[in-house]
Amino acid sequence: MNLWRKLACVILAVVLCASFAANWLAPAGYARQYREATNAGPSRTHWLGTDEIGRDRFARVLYGTRISLLLAPAAALLSTLMAALIGGLAGYLGGVWARMAVAVTDLFLSLPWLFLLITARALMPLNVSPLISVLVTFLLLGLLGWSTAARVLCTTAGSLRSADFVRQARAAGIPGQRLFWIHVMPNLKPVLYAQFWISIPVFILSEANLGILGLGVAEPMPSWGSLLKELEGLVSLGDEPWKFVPLILLVLVVISFQLLLSRHDEVAA
Amino acid sequence: MRARIAGHALALVATVFLGGLFSATLVRLAPGFDVDEQQLDPHLNAESVQALRAARRQEHNIFQFYFSYMNRAAHGDLGTSLALGQPVRTLLRDRAPLTLRLLAVGLGLGWVAALTLALTAAWLRLSAYDLLTTLVSGTFLCIPAAVLALLSVLWNVPGSLAIALIVFPRIYRYARNLLAKSYSLPHIITARAKGLGEARILFWHVLPGVAPQSLAVAGVSVSMAVGAVIPVEALCGLAGVGQLAWQAALARDLPLLVNITILVTLVTLLANSGADVIGHMVRAQES
Repeated sequence: MNLWRKLACVILAVVLCASFAANWLAPAGYARQYREATNAGPSRTHWLGTDEIGRDRFARVLYGTRISLLLAPAAALLSTLMAALIGGLAGYLGGVWARMAVAVTDLFLSLPWLFLLITARALMPLNVSPLISVLVTFLLLGLLGWSTAARVLCTTAGSLRSADFVRQARAAGIPGQRLFWIHVMPNLKPVLYAQFWISIPVFILSEANLGILGLGVAEPMPSWGSLLKELEGLVSLGDEPWKFVPLILLVLVVISFQLLLSRHDEVAA
Repeated sequence: MRARIAGHALALVATVFLGGLFSATLVRLAPGFDVDEQQLDPHLNAESVQALRAARRQEHNIFQFYFSYMNRAAHGDLGTSLALGQPVRTLLRDRAPLTLRLLAVGLGLGWVAALTLALTAAWLRLSAYDLLTTLVSGTFLCIPAAVLALLSVLWNVPGSLAIALIVFPRIYRYARNLLAKSYSLPHIITARAKGLGEARILFWHVLPGVAPQSLAVAGVSVSMAVGAVIPVEALCGLAGVGQLAWQAALARDLPLLVNITILVTLVTLLANSGADVIGHMVRAQES
């Protein structure tokens, strides 16, 4: 592991630990309103100041980080599993199944990701409870983000179908289902790992985009997207620089994932 | 070549048709589809409300709606926007020029920046410069498109620059790897050893080799830019097709959304198919 990857691991570990320790590190919960100190600058009580309704920004950053860092991998897991089932199975079965899977992935890939996501999220109910909005947002990311991975897996599984060891296993009379789960699936693992890691930063960024457009996690629950929405009201860059902390944190985390990603790409290759 | 073009055309028609049907189904299944804000208007009498409900009922059967839409579209009638009350054709015609200009300028700037940095990095072969350009592009890659749109508003720069910054890191990453790979090929190393000038190596040996793959990225970059247009236009207050898509999605405007989905799918597929056909022609000419 080179220096950059070690650094990425340390950054991710620190951010993750801090977000999980939010209950102890934050001065109050993410929804607590200090009505006497609205729009306050950084102070000893509020390290990153407060927002327009007096909520402690540091607390919201910690809790928002926890939500984004927990649910983006969960959505990535869902999309990878869907890709494995749709792409992997279709590639293994070949013929009309593979052609159908390619046609469906082509359809999904021909629609730009952000367009598809924004359209689908806007069509879902927006006036729901914060917890439901979190689930809807990340579920949608998982359900719509499988197409690229499925395409890769379909091709890989297709090439495995004609591999010597699969032919031998088939000739030995191993049934198709067992052949898929015991012989083909383990060989798809490196590609699945790579696709999983690729999806995490993509989903973090997508949630941030949705949040800024007001289609992400509902108030008062924080997420990186809803925290970045505060940048909308900025008049100048140097005015309230502490408002950029969520952006800096997001960039750091995404860069760290990208650095870790290259390791998994090498393994997949 | 003809077979390739015909194959692309067939796939394009089928995908565009399915794309439209997909978006229509998505809107039809969306919660609250039956509810129309107009029905709550106290100025409307019972008959008008009934008429609105009857009009909405016509859209209940998604296949019926979609096939009658296709039939009307074939005769040049794209329907009327439910939310804006204007013909979709007029809305698209009025807003398309701005979006096209935004896309053209954004893509142009993004490509120029990416190729300039990738070429200078490959040419100079300085690790410090390479690290710097990788850091710059990597940072932009990690900033959400919507944040770049907000920053463009904050700094009062055109929205096309935000689009350029969204597509630039992706193009740069690919172009840099492609050029680095090309520069390490045996015939390039031999050309260098024989004392050929850098400019001659670049224009005679490197660029022709990377052209087909670069064309593939050109197709993909159009798709990226089209996706980026929505947050940029929505947040920068630009009245283009991206903002229209945003409004259509929020208002569950079925006719408008179906048309925009078809348009977006068509543009993306045309760009990808065009890049593939041109790339194939370049490869055929080389061989």
